[in-house]
Amino acid sequence: MSAHLELFNLKKVYASARGPQTIVQDFNLKIAKGEFVTIIGHSGCGKSTVLMMIAGLTEIRDGGIILAGRELSGPGPDRGIVFQSPSLLPWMTARENVMLGINQVFFTATRLEREQIAEYYLTVVGLADFMDKRPAELSQGMRQRVGIARAFALKPKMLLLDEPFGMLDSLTRYELQQVLINLWRRNQITTVMVTHDVDEALYLSDRVVCMTDGPEAGIGEILEVKLPRPRDRKTLMEHPEYHRLRATLIEFLEVRAHQRKPMPAHQTAPAESIPVSA
Amino acid sequence: MKNQWHRFDFILLPVLGGIFILLLWHISSHTWSGDLPDPAKTWHESKPYVLDPWGKRGELDQGILRFTLLSLGLVAKGYAIALILGTPIGFCLGLSPTFTKIFDPIIQILRPVSPLAWLPLGMVLFAKIKGINITEIAALFTIALCSMWPTVLNTAVGVRAIPTDYLNVARVLKLSRWKTLTRVMIPATLPYMFTGFRLSLGIAWLVIVAAEMLTGRPGVGGFLWQQYNALVYEQIILCILTIGGTGFILDRLMSVIERRFKTA
Ligand SMILES: Nc1ncnc2c1ncn2[C@@H]1O[C@H](COP(=O)(O)OP(=O)(O)OP(=O)(O)O)[C@@H](O)[C@H]1O
Ligand SMILES: [Mg+2]
Repeated sequence: MSAHLELFNLKKVYASARGPQTIVQDFNLKIAKGEFVTIIGHSGCGKSTVLMMIAGLTEIRDGGIILAGRELSGPGPDRGIVFQSPSLLPWMTARENVMLGINQVFFTATRLEREQIAEYYLTVVGLADFMDKRPAELSQGMRQRVGIARAFALKPKMLLLDEPFGMLDSLTRYELQQVLINLWRRNQITTVMVTHDVDEALYLSDRVVCMTDGPEAGIGEILEVKLPRPRDRKTLMEHPEYHRLRATLIEFLEVRAHQRKPMPAHQTAPAESIPVSA
Repeated sequence: MKNQWHRFDFILLPVLGGIFILLLWHISSHTWSGDLPDPAKTWHESKPYVLDPWGKRGELDQGILRFTLLSLGLVAKGYAIALILGTPIGFCLGLSPTFTKIFDPIIQILRPVSPLAWLPLGMVLFAKIKGINITEIAALFTIALCSMWPTVLNTAVGVRAIPTDYLNVARVLKLSRWKTLTRVMIPATLPYMFTGFRLSLGIAWLVIVAAEMLTGRPGVGGFLWQQYNALVYEQIILCILTIGGTGFILDRLMSVIERRFKTA
């Protein structure tokens, strides 16, 4: 299987007060179709920047991105995006927010069919009774549910999530992780998610990409999470592999993330060798 | 006991303020300001205009509400022109830094110019156009030109303040320019626009008096000026109160509408 998403030599430079500053450099990653990859790293290292580059919402200084065999340029609805803040349009109801994208992508479908898509996804994320509420009338968690429904409803080639549950309390976070992972399993959708929650990364992903500290951040290490799916939070806690991975991740974040040189290339295993458990 | 009285503060205190001003007025008219009619006389002379607010005895001798309505009609037209021109200009300023660089200095210079200065220009500007009511056109020109700046500037600020998140939604969905404008940018800017609209209406109403005074058009301002020139001072205060009251009501109405858009 060839890579569904390929990032090669990604580089991002921001102008700063002290001249141009390289935020991300030599970022190489191959992701297989249907894979769930999380990116973890310290605050400010450039995780969001990488995600925004894939989304096409920020310009790339160097390198390129290939999605499903085609080089990307600029944003598009083929990549569903969920941000930390749900970024719903506050003057539209939940349904209208979802419909806005559906109308763009499925413009050949009938009005009824499009309505049904919106209703289906809003129901799946548990908002059947709240479709016609505006964001202001919804809780944080509900808004994020709308954001997830909006992203999935477009049947994108891949999903980009930037700390989607970062602003939620842990109970709601668990619930939404469940909603997300169920949708992911059902839709077999390639997903890249940024987080700085170690447990969240291990619970959800097939691989965890650890980023080194910026500036000039890159990939420090890639961890394969070969835990059986579907995962159950409770049994996971008792799995020895879980504890080994958790310890490695924490050790990376505490020690190795700060080391200046990124890890040698052999550690960034190519996607071909990764068994995809879905 | 004390608390009981505080419950009526909202009505008692303003009444107290009113009584104070009436007293000041009364004393002034009997001491240092001999020409100023006292409150009782003012009321007595104003009665015909107030008690028969829709009466029409002559072009410049009409009931006070009739005058107000005439003024409001003119303001409405001028204000409409201000919004129709001001909103798109504000959008252009907000969207294009180049446009801002070209026109912002001019706007900053034109903005503080008084209606008293615009009106003569209006008269000159439209003098050679046939078949129009020159005083009306000049008045509209003045009202529109003076009142559109808050709309222009607030709209521009609002456009610049549109959260990147919202614009990113439009970019990701590849919304057309038109859809981006109507579904994202205009709704996001509406609260700012309405602040501008409210301030503009205040100015439009402020300008009407000057416009009517200079052109002699019938209306509250024209009436005020005519009475002054005829050395009848009683109705001046009536007019001032009417202008103030109307302006207050307009502002209230606009802020009710504005608040509806803020919460949306
Ligand atoms: N628009 C910008 N202009 C200049 N510098 C920027 C800009 N956006 C981000 N940066 C810088 O790029 C670096 C990486 O930012 P980024 O938001 O990608 O970090 P992050 O890993 O997502 O952090 P967090 O975990 O806090 O979200 C930071 O040092 C930040 O200051
Ligand atoms: Mg971030």
